[in-house]
Amino acid sequence: MEILNLEGTEDTPKIMLDKNNGIFEISGRSLPEDSAEFYRPVLEWIAAYGKEANPETEFVFKLEYFNTASSKLILDVLSALEDIDGMKIMWYFHEDDEDMEEAGQEFSELVEIPFEFKTY
Amino acid sequence: MNFIYDLHRTMMSENLILVYQGDFTQETTKSILSMAERNLDSSGEESSIKRKVFNVMVEALQNIVKHSDELVDGAITSHAAIFLIGRQATQYTIMSGNPIRKENVAGLKEKLEQINNLDKEGLKELYKSIIKNTTISEKGGAGLGFVDMARKSGTKLEYDFPEMGNDYCFFCLKVYVPREN
Repeated sequence: MEILNLEGTEDTPKIMLDKNNGIFEISGRSLPEDSAEFYRPVLEWIAAYGKEANPETEFVFKLEYFNTASSKLILDVLSALEDIDGMKIMWYFHEDDEDMEEAGQEFSELVEIPFEFKTY
Repeated sequence: MNFIYDLHRTMMSENLILVYQGDFTQETTKSILSMAERNLDSSGEESSIKRKVFNVMVEALQNIVKHSDELVDGAITSHAAIFLIGRQATQYTIMSGNPIRKENVAGLKEKLEQINNLDKEGLKELYKSIIKNTTISEKGGAGLGFVDMARKSGTKLEYDFPEMGNDYCFFCLKVYVPREN
């Protein structure tokens, strides 16, 4: 399966989705002008991955900041991941960032996937 | 030339650290954010407060980009809006103003009133119910911006709609971010 690798910018996150090496990560800042457009390839990649997923997947969110339009798309990403067996979310937040911790907790209440919370 | 000095004095007395007036796009949003961030960094502001200010700024700026109505008055069309940040001893004030058509005022007012009537728990529930049911609008919004500003700031949103001629009001918004945790 092809690797999806997008460099992060000042308003878009870094994306690394690599099935063979077992790396699944969205990190950095997310406040794109058009969040639906930005996340479309991510959602397409996940849909394809779902058909030939690894037995276990640890999907990492390590976001420093995301805007509200991105939060809707992050929920769409999580909903797509929900249908894949062996899925686990690693939700990273900066140790003094209660809002990011709370955001992760709220997402975990909206989907049926195990979340593990970690600080960085 | 006095207006230069007058404007300067007003900015000083109102403790404004940044004022931008003009056209708002994603590019200007990024520039304003990076200027404000540098200012907060050099003032040595606590990172949790910086994040909250940044958060409210992004939503306020992207609201203008997405929702400010184009002002058409005879031959003049304008997108001009204004964005300001003030820093007082106990709080930051994030302010914005943009023209909106009069027919859009009632709906906006209702939304803001609903948000201001909710406590912390109520805002959380509203956020969760919107995010579950919303789809991204044509303009690219999720309908969560004001709710998020209220949640992150922990304060009530202040607003006003002074009239601008027959067809428009100037939507003024003021959000306080306390500097103490």
